[in-house]
Amino acid sequence: MIRSLFKMYCGLGLVLLVLGLSAGSAASGALDVFKGLEGTIQIAGGTAHIPVMNDAAKAIMTANPKIRILVEGGGSGIGVQKVGEGLVDIGNTGRPLTEQEIAQYGLKSFPFALDGVAVVVHPSNPVTNLTAQQVRDIFSGAITRWKDVGGNDAPIHLFTRDEASGTREVFWEKALKKGSVASSANVVASNGAMKVAVAQDKDAIGYAGIGHVDASIKGIKLDGVAPTQENAMNGSYPVTRKLYMNTKGEPKPLVKAFIDYILSSEGLQIIQKHGYLPL
Amino acid sequence: MRSRRFAASRAIRYIARREIWIERVLFLAAGLSAAVVVAIFSMLTWFCLPLFTEHRLGAVLEWRWDPIHQHFGILPMLFTSCLLTIIALIVAFPLTIGICSLLHGVLRNGVLHRMLLFLLHFMTGIPTVIYGFVSVFVLVPLLRWVFEAGTGFSLLAAGLTLSVLILPTMVLVLHAELDQAEARYRLTAEALGFSPEQTIRTVLLPACRRALVVTVLLGMGRAVGDTLVSLMVAGNAAQVPHSIFDSVRTLTAHIALVLATDSHSMAYQSVFAAGLFLFLLMSCFQAFLRFWAKHGTVFK
Repeated sequence: MIRSLFKMYCGLGLVLLVLGLSAGSAASGALDVFKGLEGTIQIAGGTAHIPVMNDAAKAIMTANPKIRILVEGGGSGIGVQKVGEGLVDIGNTGRPLTEQEIAQYGLKSFPFALDGVAVVVHPSNPVTNLTAQQVRDIFSGAITRWKDVGGNDAPIHLFTRDEASGTREVFWEKALKKGSVASSANVVASNGAMKVAVAQDKDAIGYAGIGHVDASIKGIKLDGVAPTQENAMNGSYPVTRKLYMNTKGEPKPLVKAFIDYILSSEGLQIIQKHGYLPL
Repeated sequence: MRSRRFAASRAIRYIARREIWIERVLFLAAGLSAAVVVAIFSMLTWFCLPLFTEHRLGAVLEWRWDPIHQHFGILPMLFTSCLLTIIALIVAFPLTIGICSLLHGVLRNGVLHRMLLFLLHFMTGIPTVIYGFVSVFVLVPLLRWVFEAGTGFSLLAAGLTLSVLILPTMVLVLHAELDQAEARYRLTAEALGFSPEQTIRTVLLPACRRALVVTVLLGMGRAVGDTLVSLMVAGNAAQVPHSIFDSVRTLTAHIALVLATDSHSMAYQSVFAAGLFLFLLMSCFQAFLRFWAKHGTVFK
């Protein structure tokens, strides 16, 4: 009993030591501005932002334990609502704010990264290229079999995102040209759920942020242009969006420091690490 | 002698005082529950008022949900919620009767009886999200593979998952009631020469007809109100299903999906209408079943 307690204390000590060391080494460069600051930053909104926000929060909280940063999801709609009503300090959106939203809440936007939205299918699907028109016809329900676009003789299983999704907004505007989506399409509530649904179903088609495309799903070329971050950056891949942080009016000093950190060179590394492109 | 009588009267007084307190606390709890229900109803009505006063109720009561083209009908979701609940009950209710008969018939005693009960208690404790999660990875691909109709995210998948979800609650409620009935009637039934199976069919189940209704009500409440399973498994397409393999969206899933939209859009307002109709739907179901249990002829 005593021995196990002793072991526990040793383990605890070791963890603290490691934490202290990493804090010591990380507290340099862009993190210096957080010295002397304390308080809580609450963040909510777009789900595509979460990995970037989490990593930045971890680095800042390790360097300065007096700062607490809470990151929640909810989607772009929730982001606008919560920051507008003063429930959080930063509301993330995967789309530009509407004029109505800016006017109503007095919001200020900070774009920080570029993300593309890719049409995705199961990796075993032989189709690799679709024209913009074919994509529109598939999602509107005019084309219902893969055979008609050069694939297997199988029905097309449509997957789309929920009404509050920023990804859906971009895809609908830039890829579907504001065309309709068939009412029989399955609706999933996050980029992750889209990945799971498409990765499991060999006849599925859906769309997800390029940062989320990995070996489990296949990005389709749109009019011959592959959905890669490079193509999104140089403008040849058309279905792209900016990721925004929004604050109500001018941010307070701590929140401003957080936004500056995201836009700093260390922030850029975090953004790139998660498959997005810094602006 | 005297002191003993004194002690007894003091004990009685003590018990009486304690019972008054128990009564008060229970009354307070009941009053609070009633107040909460009334508060929820008035809040929903309050938020729905714009729909009624601005003659936009018609916009909500239609069969097409397509916010892009300004159609905000929630009737498909209302229909789906009813249908899904009925499917879940059609699967779960006979199973409940079966399992309860087993627990009071063949498996009256012994290790299997205890194991089955343990399993049921365990099942009630499993969070909904686990059922949904397992369904997405096991049931949905299975349905897609077996029936080759649609994506597998369907009315059927959600109905089956929901029936598993509500089954343990229903069984445990009925089982508890049957236990009491058994204590009352078992000896008499045995004296009349009934086999355990006959006892269940002709004595215990008819004696528990009120409990049967309560069982159905509880199962129904959980099935209608469940959000996560239908959100994860049903596919969420806002359409009226033509077969059990079609992707559907329930009222609860609809609320979860749309609540995050711009709070000044019509879509957002339709969420409150959905909440109100969900509330009314449950009330109607409850009222109907309770009325049926009292005045119906089925069990009498």
